[in-house]
Amino acid sequence: MSNLVMPKVDQVLLSKKDTVIRNLKKIIKAENIIDSEDETRPYETDAFTAYRQKPLAVVFPETTEEVSKLLMYCNQERIKIVPRGAGTGLSGGALPLEDGILLSLERLNKILEIDYKNRCVVVQPGVTNLAITQAVQNQGFYYAPDPSSQIVCSIGGNVAENSGGVHSLKYGTVTNSLLGVEVVFMDGTISRLGGKTYDSEGYDLLGLVTGSEGLLCLITEVTVKILKKPQAVKAALIGFPTVEDGGNCVSDIIANGIIPAGMEMMDKVLIHATDNFAKAGYPRDAEAMLIVEIDGTETEVTELIEQVSKIANKNKSSSIKISNSDNERLKFWAGRKAAFPACGAISPDYLCMDGTIPRNKLANVLTEIGKLSKKYNLSVANAFHAGDGNLHPLIMYDANDKKSLEKAEKLGADILKYCVKVGGVLTGEHGVGIEKRELMCEMFNDNDIQQQIKIKKVLDSRSLLNPGKVFPILRKCVEEGRENVRGGKTKFPDIPRF
Amino acid sequence: MSAEEKQNSQTYQGSNSIEHPENEKDVSEYIRRFYKSGISLELIGSGSKRKIGKPLQCEKILNLSKLSGIIEYLPTELYIKVRACTPINQIEEELKKNKQQLVFEPIDFGYLFLGKSDYGTAAGHVACNISGPRRFKVGSVRDHVIGFRGVNGKGEIIKSGGNVVKNVTGYDLCKLICGSYGTLAALTEITFKVLPTPNESETLVVLNLNLDSAADLLAKALSSSNDVSGAVFLPNEPQSNDYVANVEEIFSLNDLKHASSYTAIRIEGPKNSVDERIQNIISELNVKNNDNSILKTYQSEIFWKKVKNLEIFSSAKNNVARIVLPPSYCTQLLHHLEPSKFRYYVDWGGALIWLEICELTEKIFEDIRKKVVQCGGHISMIKLSDYLPYVEEVFTVNKNLYNISQNIKKSFDPKKILNPGKMYTGI
Repeated sequence: MSNLVMPKVDQVLLSKKDTVIRNLKKIIKAENIIDSEDETRPYETDAFTAYRQKPLAVVFPETTEEVSKLLMYCNQERIKIVPRGAGTGLSGGALPLEDGILLSLERLNKILEIDYKNRCVVVQPGVTNLAITQAVQNQGFYYAPDPSSQIVCSIGGNVAENSGGVHSLKYGTVTNSLLGVEVVFMDGTISRLGGKTYDSEGYDLLGLVTGSEGLLCLITEVTVKILKKPQAVKAALIGFPTVEDGGNCVSDIIANGIIPAGMEMMDKVLIHATDNFAKAGYPRDAEAMLIVEIDGTETEVTELIEQVSKIANKNKSSSIKISNSDNERLKFWAGRKAAFPACGAISPDYLCMDGTIPRNKLANVLTEIGKLSKKYNLSVANAFHAGDGNLHPLIMYDANDKKSLEKAEKLGADILKYCVKVGGVLTGEHGVGIEKRELMCEMFNDNDIQQQIKIKKVLDSRSLLNPGKVFPILRKCVEEGRENVRGGKTKFPDIPRF
Repeated sequence: MSAEEKQNSQTYQGSNSIEHPENEKDVSEYIRRFYKSGISLELIGSGSKRKIGKPLQCEKILNLSKLSGIIEYLPTELYIKVRACTPINQIEEELKKNKQQLVFEPIDFGYLFLGKSDYGTAAGHVACNISGPRRFKVGSVRDHVIGFRGVNGKGEIIKSGGNVVKNVTGYDLCKLICGSYGTLAALTEITFKVLPTPNESETLVVLNLNLDSAADLLAKALSSSNDVSGAVFLPNEPQSNDYVANVEEIFSLNDLKHASSYTAIRIEGPKNSVDERIQNIISELNVKNNDNSILKTYQSEIFWKKVKNLEIFSSAKNNVARIVLPPSYCTQLLHHLEPSKFRYYVDWGGALIWLEICELTEKIFEDIRKKVVQCGGHISMIKLSDYLPYVEEVFTVNKNLYNISQNIKKSFDPKKILNPGKMYTGI
């Protein structure tokens, strides 16, 4: 995929750039539009940095009405839109298009309402994930989904990607904590989906747009559930002589009816990298390490941590440390949460993959990754949200060497294909974006993909919202003979696919 | 007999005939044929929730009950994959063997419609997306369907999701399917997320509270860190009819003899933790000792089963509606109603009201609906009495989203042959 194919560039539009900018200035303040080479450079990529593209312009609307007017104008003029939150996405979902406008929601950044009576918070999409918790923590509340980038990632982006985090085994992902959104569709219509109620009637459009990666609508307001903080939290840091033992321990904990708040695993490469980086006191002789976090009442936490230790012992653990204070517990997490920068310190670049697998296939998958790593001669470190089976292999490469990136991408694709082969899926929380677009055919056949494309057409009939993402563009599905071509006509011929 | 032969057989020729496909391929073939000739069809499983939604007048009935059986159950992977019309009690029995459960508490609507159990099938529960008392803590049916296979209105087999809990590959069609009342696709396979059954369930029942104090108490309990998993108020009003007697009879448990209103808070988990939390709540909420009962696991489980299965309305001859609203508006709405004409109870700590409307007129219904919508909620008529007054829409239509909903319907079912009009006119 190193030569990334994107939808055909509209040369006529490029030649009319000055007119477009002039018209945009009629909709929003001139200072909220940037289009020069230098100014747009920071926006040429998101956290999937392998690909860069400067947009036609970047716009920063300040209100829902401005978003609506922008979309209405672009829809009429057939100008493509790429939505962007904080730009922390890991699958290239916010990669700009040469002939598209990058619509940043970072200036819609206010907390609108804290409603303790209904235990929810209403915010604009540019508010960071962590800011929601910070706004309610003085009353002892918090917002549960906590992706590792929570200090900077925006809640709008979280909704668009249906982000997870280390606590999603017990508390679910964004979709399970989201009560309502205000959205703007491509034709400029402003709608509310959900609200402050637990259920909505009719088709679950709220569920549909959550995780739709900016292809169906722009999100301009978000209502999320907040929870009271648990009374006590403790974590156990457990080392294992083999990955199999670690994997068995995870299954055993669940088989014993325990659902920890978080359950994270790392392999030896990552234990060393993160321990060097964060001095977290990890068991460096272990082949695999598990962090198990339990929350609840004091009694419950003490009892369950005890049980977890027993289960770990039974599964041949080589070391067990229980946190004695919140500081110590946070130190356990410091290494895991620094997995990305730690890899950055040992390799010029890395690709972070994001498959989900059945937990009992972990050892198989890690063995296969080991083989592939040798085959491609690139080292791979593995972080695993063990509770929910979400595996993040981090592939080290050097972006200055084009061949190295190509190899890393092939290795990544092989890993994800293997994840699907053992009954897993392509992406657990990072989204498809441009990164895994061509692999969609590994999971879905033409009927499945066409059904999704038909839904896309309902909400964005001209395919102007974030085109080139999620759905395969290359001819892969067709080559595999799954495309139904009737009378020489393909479905939706205007969706570029070759 | 192939689908084609079946269609040519006499059963098919009869009006309103029932087809019984045996597998997914059959379902696909039937629907493909019906699509070609534009024949509308009603999808049914066991028929336990057939009366929910608008009555259908279809040319054919596609009975999917033969698509039954557990396909794969991996307890440590926390999922169970079943054929769509597997009876829900068969699934629960199987999960029980491994001390696991469908945590969203499927509701047995048999008590409401027949006065006795009629638990229905997996697909029926998914199609209606109506969940029990634990909903505010753990989510609804839609939060526990992690994958499905089905046949759309053109006869095409489609799928979405998978067998893993964490999955963002492509649009989340599982969400669209849940609560779509069979108007988008005929389900053939469903994968549910399952969770361990807690060791203990205890219920603190506070007696003699009125609606306002009860709502206040439930709100405080839900805003505490005690991990409440059930919060219901069963009033002892209106006194003027048999409702109160019925409540007393249904909830006549050993530790709940006292005739009173019941404000019940459920805690689940390991034994010591449950005891600790119950004591925490009693002290945090200042509940006096002589004003409460504590139901231990055996009775607590019976209590919540009766609550979830709407047993209170098992003798209801009248219209029963389900109102979902932001919890802070619950008391306001109920005070708006004229007491003698309604019977109700409050679930989800105030976010759900089950309401029996004794004398339904269009005016009364529209008045309630208007008020509910003003509060930011919606009302659905779940049961309509036999002396049915005219109710144009049994569900609440969101006018702003109607066009989109109609087009979503068409994207799955272009000729609108699957359960047409079941949810809304034209969808």
